[in-house]
Amino acid sequence: MAKSDVKVLGAWPSPFVMRPRIALNIKSVDYEFLQETFGSKSELLLKSNPVHKKIPVLIHGDKPVCESLIIVEYIDEVWSSAPSILPSNPYDRATARFWASYVDEKLFPSMKEIVSADGEEAKKAAIQVVVDGLVLLEDAYAKCSKGGKFFGGEQIGYLDIAFGSYVGWLRVTEKFNQVKLLDEAKTPGLVKWAEAFCAHPAVKDVMPETDKLAEFAKVLAKARAAPPPK
Amino acid sequence: MEDSKVVLLDLWASSFAMRVKVALAEKGIKYESKEQNLFNKSQELVEANPIHKKIPVLIHDGKSICESLVILQYIDEVWPDKSPLLPSDPYRRSQARFWADYIDKNLYITGTRVWTGKGEDQEAAKKELIELLKTLEGELGDKHLFGGDTIGFVDVALVPFTSWFHTYETWGNFSIEAECPKLIEWAKRCLEKESVAHSLPHPHKIYEYSFELKKKLGVE
Repeated sequence: MAKSDVKVLGAWPSPFVMRPRIALNIKSVDYEFLQETFGSKSELLLKSNPVHKKIPVLIHGDKPVCESLIIVEYIDEVWSSAPSILPSNPYDRATARFWASYVDEKLFPSMKEIVSADGEEAKKAAIQVVVDGLVLLEDAYAKCSKGGKFFGGEQIGYLDIAFGSYVGWLRVTEKFNQVKLLDEAKTPGLVKWAEAFCAHPAVKDVMPETDKLAEFAKVLAKARAAPPPK
Repeated sequence: MEDSKVVLLDLWASSFAMRVKVALAEKGIKYESKEQNLFNKSQELVEANPIHKKIPVLIHDGKSICESLVILQYIDEVWPDKSPLLPSDPYRRSQARFWADYIDKNLYITGTRVWTGKGEDQEAAKKELIELLKTLEGELGDKHLFGGDTIGFVDVALVPFTSWFHTYETWGNFSIEAECPKLIEWAKRCLEKESVAHSLPHPHKIYEYSFELKKKLGVE
């Protein structure tokens, strides 16, 4: 496949954009990474994702695929030779999809609550909600990994990608709030898993450094406080 | 596979549970439906879905699968031979998943705001509901069904909500058919299928139920 045949529209800080990039790396598929300018949406993005106008978008040939986890499944199905991203057994696939949906619908919003929480008490409560969620994922990790390093077992898989893409932002939250979310006492499995995930060859060039992400978070906070330029 | 036990933790009025029933019926899978009471959750429900404690839950040979779209894909993968819900082409599969996800992100929440809401919020919700149904109508285009000639993933994801349309319309005092006639025609075509007709309750029953539900939810 010529490099320009596969494009990812996105931005380096986005956990959602990381997902298709990791998936393409797992499959050793070359792609062109087209970065959106912060604060504006390109013509290509608006044309490729008219419904949501959001990143990431995978453009394969001339066909756009939207929604990060849908893109990951698409990548797994198109480049179907090993390594596989989704588990092979239907029950394991359902489990991976269930927990991926959980991280997007429960965990990520609860992380955002920490940012918007007003005052000490509210922040503490919001942090506890995230920690409780991570404890559930620790349990899921124990069950899914079946002794391997990753949720996918010996290899990284769908749920590793779905959850792992948030590790950078979890670390930024830990830094800003002087708190451990992935904690040796409560989530020892996840602590090891996060390190292994971030060090994985398909991930390490795509996962931003915590400090760089933290700087971006400050820019984002400022931009949200003031109305964005047109 | 023939002797495997299939149980559905169910709720007759839930669009999400209806999705599973349509899928199981399409595939000809026999199952036991266990009606749940979400205001007094059973031990069985709490054990089968400890994270969300919600229905539907499919219990297949003792293992629970939760989240209706996850269940649909599971059913499609375990029983692939009859009535496939997702197409075989990866791009078309991604499109089907996209539209099912679109329905999941918006329809239930907006519909609920329409039938339980008042004043400005209700008016805003009505507008949003029509917009999203029109978007779906656009995606349907001239196709017989979202899945083409046969019922597909998006048809199954969407059709249960049509049993709630009469409830939305009556509480919201508007007509969905007037705004989205093609979608209503599509719904009628779906209802011609036994799998759909047997899984969806009559819209009037849902409307009667909505009165009870308003009381239970503490909404006037």
